[in-house]
Amino acid sequence: MNLKFKTFTIGGVHPDDKKITAASPIQTLPLPQIAVIPCAMHIGAPAEIIVKRGDKVKVGQIIATAKGFVSANIHSSVSGTVKSIGPAPDASGYTKQAVTITVEGDEWADGIDTSPDIRYDFDNIEQQEIIKRVTENGIVGMGGATFPTNVKLSVPLGKKAEAVLINGVECEPYLTADHRVMLEHSEEMLIGVKLLMKAVNVEKAYIGIEANKQDAIEKLITLCPKFPGITVVPLKLKYPQGSEKHLIKAILNREVPSGRLPIDAGAVVQNAGTAYAVYQAVMKNKPLIERVVTVTGDSVKNPGNFLVRIGTPIQNLIDAVGGIPENTGKIISGGPMMGKAITTTEIPVAKGTSGVLMLPESIAHRKTAEPCIRCGKCVDACPMGLEPYLLSAYSKKQNFEQAELNHIADCIECGCCVFSCPSNRPILDFVRFGKQNVLRIIRSRKN
Amino acid sequence: MNSVIAISIITLGGIAGLAAIILYVVSRKFKVEEDPRIDEVNEILPGANCGGCGYAGCRNFAEACVKDMTGKFCNVGGADVMNQVAKIVGAEVSAPDPLLAVVRCGGSKACRPKTNNYEGAETCAIVSGIYGGQTGCSFGCLGLGDCEKVCKFDAIHINPETGLPEINDEKCTACGACVKTCPKHIIELRKKAPKFRKVYVSCQNQDKGATAKKACSAACIGCGKCVKACAFEAITLENNLAYIDSQKCKMCRKCVEQCPTGALKEENFPPRKPKEPATAPQTASSTEKPQNQQPTA
Repeated sequence: MNLKFKTFTIGGVHPDDKKITAASPIQTLPLPQIAVIPCAMHIGAPAEIIVKRGDKVKVGQIIATAKGFVSANIHSSVSGTVKSIGPAPDASGYTKQAVTITVEGDEWADGIDTSPDIRYDFDNIEQQEIIKRVTENGIVGMGGATFPTNVKLSVPLGKKAEAVLINGVECEPYLTADHRVMLEHSEEMLIGVKLLMKAVNVEKAYIGIEANKQDAIEKLITLCPKFPGITVVPLKLKYPQGSEKHLIKAILNREVPSGRLPIDAGAVVQNAGTAYAVYQAVMKNKPLIERVVTVTGDSVKNPGNFLVRIGTPIQNLIDAVGGIPENTGKIISGGPMMGKAITTTEIPVAKGTSGVLMLPESIAHRKTAEPCIRCGKCVDACPMGLEPYLLSAYSKKQNFEQAELNHIADCIECGCCVFSCPSNRPILDFVRFGKQNVLRIIRSRKN
Repeated sequence: MNSVIAISIITLGGIAGLAAIILYVVSRKFKVEEDPRIDEVNEILPGANCGGCGYAGCRNFAEACVKDMTGKFCNVGGADVMNQVAKIVGAEVSAPDPLLAVVRCGGSKACRPKTNNYEGAETCAIVSGIYGGQTGCSFGCLGLGDCEKVCKFDAIHINPETGLPEINDEKCTACGACVKTCPKHIIELRKKAPKFRKVYVSCQNQDKGATAKKACSAACIGCGKCVKACAFEAITLENNLAYIDSQKCKMCRKCVEQCPTGALKEENFPPRKPKEPATAPQTASSTEKPQNQQPTA
């Protein structure tokens, strides 16, 4: 196949992609004995728990309701008895409110279609019905940011979406969860894309896929004629192409203005995994109770992709790949670029857990930070066109006015600056600190 | 030749004279009347510009004092300086209770095992933004010393053995810089008792007892024994955490004996009399009581 590859223009880096698990099919992980389901698995307000201790719950039963517009419903991913409700540790390093369920059997709630057959009758469903089912079933962005999908689908008045962009980039090294979903559930995902197009009332959709997923690109291109309006766009390998703004630049060649949202450039961006979840929510009425997680690492015995229920302890996933290798120096939830090192393997898989990565001791640690030599590599690498060395210096000195004037709020925290820094400076730590404070100042100014 | 010199002198002299007249007129017309007392007060103030008084610097504080003395006090200078200021301004000193900074976290390295290694930028502000710290307790001291860096009086230092900040009571001026800086809010300004005596709950952990105890052996587990022991209603229990109101506390130290984890601390007290093995604990504490209450009375 002769393909033309597109990409974004400013900055970006290319880490070694190490997609060890690209060829391993999705395996279903056995049910856990205990599931810990956190209430804050999405961006926005944590959901409000509606079950009590001792309640019997079924798979797919709602256990916490969305609180406010930017929030999401949370469903039980297992059937059993609510053991306790209280704070439990999550990937952030803090404890958050969670529902702990003792698993008994696997009984599903009524109204969920669990058959493996693909349903093609998506044309009959009304636009409002799609958004309603997505909202009810608690679908959030599966790429890692976990932004509630129904919020993205509700296009604000006066703005018009022109295209749906599907993010099949998976630019983080090691991760292959989206890749496997696109390959193994291609048709379901494409139906999901059609549903998303209908929800925001557009005629065109583009699926951006990076060049290292040749098999997925080819399979989707052959399937596309069945679903008019959908185009597959092959993309060059470059991090952070999976960022909304960079995907829009790469595919549509448009820029999202500073401080604005993708909808201002006429685009609604959804992850490939989200499209699959939308298909399940709308066509099968199945809530977001499981997801595909890549469990990998250079020395892991049997790395693989697993379909796992939300709330399963990460330890179960690690056991499934043959335990933690001896030389492991760090376990990361998510990818190596934006993921978070975790402090205990007892934390549960959440809606946004795309991978569990066990890095060997030799590459797990940061090197000693040296003084900045003003080489400007971070400026070259920054995909947002910012000056990371300057922003980090302002943040360190707590000069938040200057940081704001230099657009610190536009930082997407991709980590390209730290990746490219020859002095191993913790640039992003400072920038994140500055950004938090600047955003706080901006919020307080608005109120 | 001579005429050139003459012309130059006349022109330059003329310009100088004109400028002098303009400057004189302008300085008269736009003269800023400044109270001379501001300079005098500024001279007396410590000049550390620590900002503990709530003003940007000592000069701002001096201006504010000259305007109105009520409610203003320089903790750093203390009563001596404020009395002199009052003499200049001609007003009364409104001295608040003297305060002292107290570190309310007892999670030393020995009782709070490390659960992870943080490798990022070494400031507490950043760690608290992305992680709960390097131990199981997400409320306690992060130990990276933001308080030490911000102290202008060399009064607070991280003890490398315990990993906790320690306050030099003699040097602490209660300016409050460390209180503002600490992202975990573990430093508190409490009422200063004679001889720097302190009785306080050295913990901020709001987790339930079992969780707190698991993370740190010196944590307050919210058992409430101290609340019952206190005869002055100075102790309150909220969110699994006890708090002693320094205004109400009479320093009887009955609560300290009750605390099962050692989260309640007494400092700078003389050593207790050894208890006689036969006597019951109640009688032992009652015999000690008068002696302990003496300093505050």
